[in-house]
Amino acid sequence: MEAVADTMVDVRAALRRDARRRTATALLLVLPLALFLLLTFLVPIGALLWRAVDNPEIARAVPRTVAALARWDAESPAPDAAYAAFVADLLALREQTDAGMLARRLNTEVGGARSLVMNAWRAQPLPATGDAAAVRAQLIALDPRWEEPWIWQAIAKNGARLTPDYLLAAVDLKRTTDGSIVTMDADRSAFRRILARTFGIAAIVTAITLVLAYPLAWWLSTMAPRRANVLLIIVLVPFWTSILVRVAAWIVLLQSGGLVNQTLRGIGLIDEPLALLFNRTGVVIAMVHILLPFMVLPLYSVMKSIPREYVRAAVSLGSHPLAAFVRVYVPQTYAGVAAGGLLVFILAIGYYVTPALLGGPEDQMLSYSVAQYANVHLDWGMACALGSVLLAATLVLYAVYRRFARMEPALA
Amino acid sequence: MAETPLVRFAGVQKSYDGITLAVRDLDLDVRRGEFLTLLGPSGSGKTTTLMMLAGFETPSGGEILFDGRPITRTPPHRRNFGMVFQNYALFPHLTVGDNVAYPLTVRRVPAAEREQRVATALEMVRLGGLTARRPDQLSGGQRQRVALARALVFDPAMVLMDEPLGALDKQLREHMQVELKDLHRRLGVTFVYVTHDQGEALAMSDRVAVFNDGALQQVDTAERLYEEPANRFVSGFVGDNTALAGRVAAIDRDFADVALECNATLRGRLIGPAAPGAAVQVAIRPERVVVRESGGPNTVPATVQDIVYLGDHLRLRCGIDERTTATVKHPVGSGSPPAIGARTHLEFPAEHVRIYP
Repeated sequence: MEAVADTMVDVRAALRRDARRRTATALLLVLPLALFLLLTFLVPIGALLWRAVDNPEIARAVPRTVAALARWDAESPAPDAAYAAFVADLLALREQTDAGMLARRLNTEVGGARSLVMNAWRAQPLPATGDAAAVRAQLIALDPRWEEPWIWQAIAKNGARLTPDYLLAAVDLKRTTDGSIVTMDADRSAFRRILARTFGIAAIVTAITLVLAYPLAWWLSTMAPRRANVLLIIVLVPFWTSILVRVAAWIVLLQSGGLVNQTLRGIGLIDEPLALLFNRTGVVIAMVHILLPFMVLPLYSVMKSIPREYVRAAVSLGSHPLAAFVRVYVPQTYAGVAAGGLLVFILAIGYYVTPALLGGPEDQMLSYSVAQYANVHLDWGMACALGSVLLAATLVLYAVYRRFARMEPALA
Repeated sequence: MAETPLVRFAGVQKSYDGITLAVRDLDLDVRRGEFLTLLGPSGSGKTTTLMMLAGFETPSGGEILFDGRPITRTPPHRRNFGMVFQNYALFPHLTVGDNVAYPLTVRRVPAAEREQRVATALEMVRLGGLTARRPDQLSGGQRQRVALARALVFDPAMVLMDEPLGALDKQLREHMQVELKDLHRRLGVTFVYVTHDQGEALAMSDRVAVFNDGALQQVDTAERLYEEPANRFVSGFVGDNTALAGRVAAIDRDFADVALECNATLRGRLIGPAAPGAAVQVAIRPERVVVRESGGPNTVPATVQDIVYLGDHLRLRCGIDERTTATVKHPVGSGSPPAIGARTHLEFPAEHVRIYP
């Protein structure tokens, strides 16, 4: 008995050794890719998420002021100690760029903060030192706005190293001075509208690509593989040219004197040229054109694996061919529809160049705002917060897709 | 008098490319309630024939009559034939119950009756209780039965089967053959069955239609097909066969003497017209050949090349000359078994020798 048990232990140990060796080999094989993904994908995404909540400027520039305001109620006049600490902080800022960064950061919070802070910095050193009340009086003498609470509220609110403000602003929410979260005023809010527009355009584009791609993919799937491959290459032709070339081509085609309008007028369908450019129509046409292959390919690969016998069987059982197609064939393509739809939708919500070049101001998508904040306002916090919202939307979509795929085990 | 056949193929032709005929001039009747098997090698036209009957292929010429009425241009979903496919073709997104209920929902059968009939059909193929399963949770044999239940549940006028047992392993296949035959006997529905497996065809069918190269070769019962093949192809395709080449030496009414290449002369039944001197094929079943110690009438000298022990009999491979071998089924216990390399004589009894032009 014991001998048998010993043998079993040996066998198990050998199995474990074998499994370990195989795992090690597998890890070695994927290591280069894993490193590549870490450096080019995970680290940037981490940086993006970090920057969306990172708020270093004020905590770094005026640490004493932040400490002095820690127990302030944000309603009453700021304590004298805060004035003294602020002046001490300003004195510590040697370079103008440091002061400028502080001023710019506070200016994004409240208008007029830039000149206020820069004037105070240039007035340094103030004559009085030591007595906090005297410092306060001097600062107010320099600019009476120092008596008002808003600049101190802005400093106190952003004293923390991490802030939810960017993320809140990305969905049109803001934190009030007492810490509660409220909806932004209608005249300042824009992102919910842009977000809704982004999802709306992506949904329309996905729906149109599905309608166009489904019959095409079905037709391809019924063909001999050789011919189908040739036609698939034609489907992929849009990928052969750069996106800018394609957009330029669309501008030529869609303009009011362009080929499309001329043709439609030539055959007498319209009297006035249709507005196809610099509006939603142009954006949708170009995006559908570019994204179509991403819908065709998953659909084709799913449809190719569905034997013709299914529809034949349904027909032989008395189903009208059309009903057989809808009841038997279409449900089996749901996996392809879901995969293609997800792919097109996720790619579409990130579109930037096409709406920027072919759309009007009311057709810009969230990526445009990201670029605007990153390139024009140099507000990386806001840019990254908007990027995080896109990322979150993508993840939510993917979770929905997974749930859907699990519900249909036969399709997964 | 002859009653109207259930199905009549009248001069039916089918060509896919306009040059070659996949089925040529087919005249075939399917009798009411019979189990008819279409047998043939791949590309012989048997599946095309079934598909034309089902309505998935349109004949290039001729007419298909059902109960005396032409159905050549009736679309498949109006023909009311149950069909079983080789790959089962169970809808993977539906449960077993919904699969079997499919033809009933199409026919708008009320829900209560539908449920009842689905249960009965599944009971009939001995799959009661598996209604809620999905097809991918079933074994191959179970899927086959579901496909069968689905093809039978709506009381079709006929059931068509396209190599339905092809994907099963040998043991299960033989088991399903018995069940199919039994089901056919109980239900009395006409079955038209396509297979390339002659054993399957002989085991199940009332009649077998043998196809080759697009043409119908012979339609007959299993026994007559085996014992009295109408031509060379049928004799070679159905059952084992020893075939020897020779020339007609003399003709005597139904019989003829054939001079073989090995200088022996054999007498046998002449099937079809042949003139003296014509090249013919002499064929005999292995169980009809008798091993003799010495020569005599209708014997050929041979050398035993190989012996296979098969339990109830021995299978001898005997060389007649360099190129020709004969297969002999030798009963165990009937005389001393020959040894490999032994010179022996094979008697081909004239009444079992068939001579094909």
